[in-house]
Amino acid sequence: MIRVALKGLAGRKFRAALTALAIVLGVAMVSGTFVLTDTIDKAFDSIFVESYANTDAAISGKAPDISFEGDTAETPAVSATLLERVRELDGVEAATGTVIDETATKILKPNGKAINTNGAPSFGFGLDPAQSQFNPLKLVDGTWPSAADEVVIDAGTADEQKYGVGDTVRIGTLKPVRPFRVTGIAQYGSVSSLGSATFAVFTIPTAQELLEREGQFDAISVAAADGVTPEQLVSTIEPILPSTAQVRTGLEQAEDDASEISEFTSFIRYFLLAFGGVALFVGAFVIFNTMSITVAQRTRELATLRTIGASRGQIRRAVLLEALVIGVVASVIGFALGIGLAYGLDWLFGVLNLDLPTTDMIIATRTVVVAFLIGIVITVLAAFVPSMRATRIPPILAVREGAELPKGRFSRFSPYVAGALIVISLLLLARSMFTDELDIGDRLLTMALGVLLLFIGVAMISPKLVRPLAAVVGVPGEKLAGVSGFLARRNTLRNPGRTASTAAALMIGLALVTFVSVLANGMKESNRGAIEDQISADFVVTSQDGYTPFVAGAGEAASGVAGVELATSVRSELGKVAGTDKYVTGIEPDKIRSVYNFDWAEGSDDTLATLGSDGAILDKGFAEDEKLAVGDRFELLSGSGRAANLTVKGLYKPPPFYPLLGSVSISKERFDTLYDRPRNQFTFINVPGDPDAAREKPLAAALASFPDAKVLTRESWIQKQDKEFNQFLIMLYVLLALSVIISIFGMINTLALAVFERTRELGMLRAVGMTRWQARVMIGSESVITALIGAALGLPLGMFLAAMVTRALEQYEVRYAVPLAPLLIFALIAVLVGLVAAIMPARRAARLNVLQALQYE
Amino acid sequence: MKSEPAGNGAGPVVTAHEISRRYGEGDTAVDALAGLSLDIEPGKLTAVMGPSGSGKSTLMHILAALDSPTSGYVTIAGTRLGQLSDKDVTKIRRQHIGFIFQFFNLLPMLTAEENIVLPLSLAGEKPDNAFLGDLIKRVGLADRLTHRPSELSGGQQQRVAIARALVSRPTVVFADEPTGNLDSKTGGEILELLQESVENYGQSMVMVTHEARAAAAAARILFLADGRIVKDLGGAGEEEILNTIHEVTLA
Repeated sequence: MIRVALKGLAGRKFRAALTALAIVLGVAMVSGTFVLTDTIDKAFDSIFVESYANTDAAISGKAPDISFEGDTAETPAVSATLLERVRELDGVEAATGTVIDETATKILKPNGKAINTNGAPSFGFGLDPAQSQFNPLKLVDGTWPSAADEVVIDAGTADEQKYGVGDTVRIGTLKPVRPFRVTGIAQYGSVSSLGSATFAVFTIPTAQELLEREGQFDAISVAAADGVTPEQLVSTIEPILPSTAQVRTGLEQAEDDASEISEFTSFIRYFLLAFGGVALFVGAFVIFNTMSITVAQRTRELATLRTIGASRGQIRRAVLLEALVIGVVASVIGFALGIGLAYGLDWLFGVLNLDLPTTDMIIATRTVVVAFLIGIVITVLAAFVPSMRATRIPPILAVREGAELPKGRFSRFSPYVAGALIVISLLLLARSMFTDELDIGDRLLTMALGVLLLFIGVAMISPKLVRPLAAVVGVPGEKLAGVSGFLARRNTLRNPGRTASTAAALMIGLALVTFVSVLANGMKESNRGAIEDQISADFVVTSQDGYTPFVAGAGEAASGVAGVELATSVRSELGKVAGTDKYVTGIEPDKIRSVYNFDWAEGSDDTLATLGSDGAILDKGFAEDEKLAVGDRFELLSGSGRAANLTVKGLYKPPPFYPLLGSVSISKERFDTLYDRPRNQFTFINVPGDPDAAREKPLAAALASFPDAKVLTRESWIQKQDKEFNQFLIMLYVLLALSVIISIFGMINTLALAVFERTRELGMLRAVGMTRWQARVMIGSESVITALIGAALGLPLGMFLAAMVTRALEQYEVRYAVPLAPLLIFALIAVLVGLVAAIMPARRAARLNVLQALQYE
Repeated sequence: MKSEPAGNGAGPVVTAHEISRRYGEGDTAVDALAGLSLDIEPGKLTAVMGPSGSGKSTLMHILAALDSPTSGYVTIAGTRLGQLSDKDVTKIRRQHIGFIFQFFNLLPMLTAEENIVLPLSLAGEKPDNAFLGDLIKRVGLADRLTHRPSELSGGQQQRVAIARALVSRPTVVFADEPTGNLDSKTGGEILELLQESVENYGQSMVMVTHEARAAAAAARILFLADGRIVKDLGGAGEEEILNTIHEVTLA
């Protein structure tokens, strides 16, 4: 029996290969994800381990424990005098102080524009090269800087921008742009690429000046004398530290730093795995479908096996064995492809300017095990129903021509099962979206399960929908392709179940792209609405990436431009407000009303004048959560560790989708006393007349010394954000394209099997006057109709899911706006998918030898 | 109105000139047809008989432009087949050839009527309603038009197939063992129907069969053995046919 199964498989190599491909891509995606994220993790790990290789104890400022939506409060500095006191301690072999800043240092490209790190750090360091044992950086060329106008830059930047030792580079910091001479090129330990991150190394005094750390260090690294353990060292240092500083062993510090990053890589991992999961799910559909058809076509062969004594169990095992072999082969290929895909994904992130640091590829045992397990298990599971169907073939079919397979005992229940699945899926979706107490992981899992069941339910019910849908989507084909289109539509109705499950595979991909497209469109509209509602300024200055705060000096420079009617900056930092971590903004009460429209709940624009140094205006929603009313007092703890007692002066309702100000706004003057190195989130500018190019030019010129800042009109600001949304969308599309491609394999398979099955019929058609072209058009139309059924199911499903999520995000006022153009494009893509899938089967149908086809059994 | 089947006048509708057909090469080569010449006369039912391996199927495939001879040539309605492209052959099939198969070969997803008019649909022509109505009445399917093949008996399916072969009023209809898959009673009815069609429409028809009873319905009976015509009878009774087969087989 095993031989029969394997021989049978060998006889249908091409089909088996096509079937295997369906699961290969999913396996590749999953293993590629693991390889990529493991590699990134390893790269970061080595960065941190190497950073603290010779550091037994690390001293840093102690930031208040404030974090909001992934941002944490900036760590304060420690006094430089501390270094001398540490050096004098017993048990200290050596110590060095460093200046480290992650955002302010911007290296300019030769064309004068700042390198955009897209959220990755742009480090500025001040190091003591004499204390080389603490230095995580390694020179690849040149020497360390020794003068105020000297710098060492990272190898990645030097490479990309073609900077070499001796060249002049312009670098912006908290101070305006200055030229520096490159004395060396360095890399971070053994890590050759830092991804999009950059660094510039200055002498310590220079760094202290540029990064506003005069008389201060961000970190002090300490090495223990012989015989002193790191723990002993830590307890020696602790007593001399001020309350604003802390000391930890180097190992603790490295682990702490690494754990932050591994949260980030595990986000990437789950994000990509989700797409791998979708690909596997679609692949399972394809395998289920192909195996079902194969079993149906082998009815006579399987019935013959029964007549010569094969048991039902043997038949079932033979089919499952076939699936097992396909699964194993697919896993092997998928795994190999996954390693290639890891490079591909790395490249994809690179194209989107989200480069991630990497070292040599890490292939963990876990990756191998998972890849093989899912590849094999999913294939065999998908083959289970077809294998049960095979056991129902009675021996009599060995001798009777063209009999239909008897229906299963439970098949009459399938509409009810489908209905029940849809109901359950809707309940799950509702639970995930409309119950408040779920945590995010639970919520996402419930949602994924709901969507999964919804797809299965719709796929099960879709055979009933094939007839009406084919009647609609088949019309254009009949108009265009005449009798071939007519025959094609009838062909799709011959076996609605088969058509439906072929279409369902495509439906999944199309539903998901529709979902993200509709949802993103709604978000873009909400975003635009939120900005337009709040802002009436002509121009806005933001950082290059749009969300990191920028150097305050840039705002002042822009304000000083001749012809500016009004300019006002908005500071922003994290703070603990009445015990809750939130963003705090500093505003200029006399000016902000000209550029920002407050939707007052309590108070008016005149309230702003009463703000004073201890007044605050609050987001109404936040105030309600904290039970704060106008006149109440509350405490604000700044990220720099200073506290203030404030009074609520007014409440306003910002658009929840994109509130531009923090939950708490105080006067800019007070803000600057509470925070070290205060930075701007925005600087808004009004000019007399229209905000045209002539007005923009001098503003841009004034910002030339502040490479991190840029000026935009309100409209181009919105458009820039749209563009960023679109970029993210494109990445989602690329990842979802994988599942669409898999469904193409399914369609090719179904069509090829159909052509094979209808050989004699095609011979007859040709004999009674069908041309080759008509045969081709017939198969092509059948394919397009199937694909359009997939679109007709998928597009509304995607729109429905988007509507549901929009409803769940009601509190953020996400709009529901169906974008017509993308949906039309998706429908066109479905047509294209149909045409592509039909190429090979249609050619086969057209090339059939009429005589042989007629004699074919 | 379409003209009467071509060649209804004097000349033959199909001719074969010294056709031979060789399968395989070298030592294993088999000559299915060995220099056979033949005229099919218009308006008649011609039966082709012979033991298996005599070349009767090959002959029909070549006459019907499904296969080409190794040497010699065939003309249909005066057009010489041979160097024609697939497109031109398809055109000839549409205009001049009708097929009736042993296993009916209907499209399962089409109704009886849709199956009948299929050759016209493929050619992009509209059926002549008067003729179609008459044809459907004659084949006895008036009340079965909306049925699918799976809802029809074997005899009814073959009637649909006959109507399909006649609907484009081709020069010649080829029937390959048209009763081979039917019980004798139904087979008899189908033979009557074929005869009637020849008489009523002056339809030229070539039927390959191994049943003496079927051949007896023909106006001319060709006996094949070893790729040659060994006997050409102008109609015969069942008994005479059986004797002739015996003779031919022993020869």
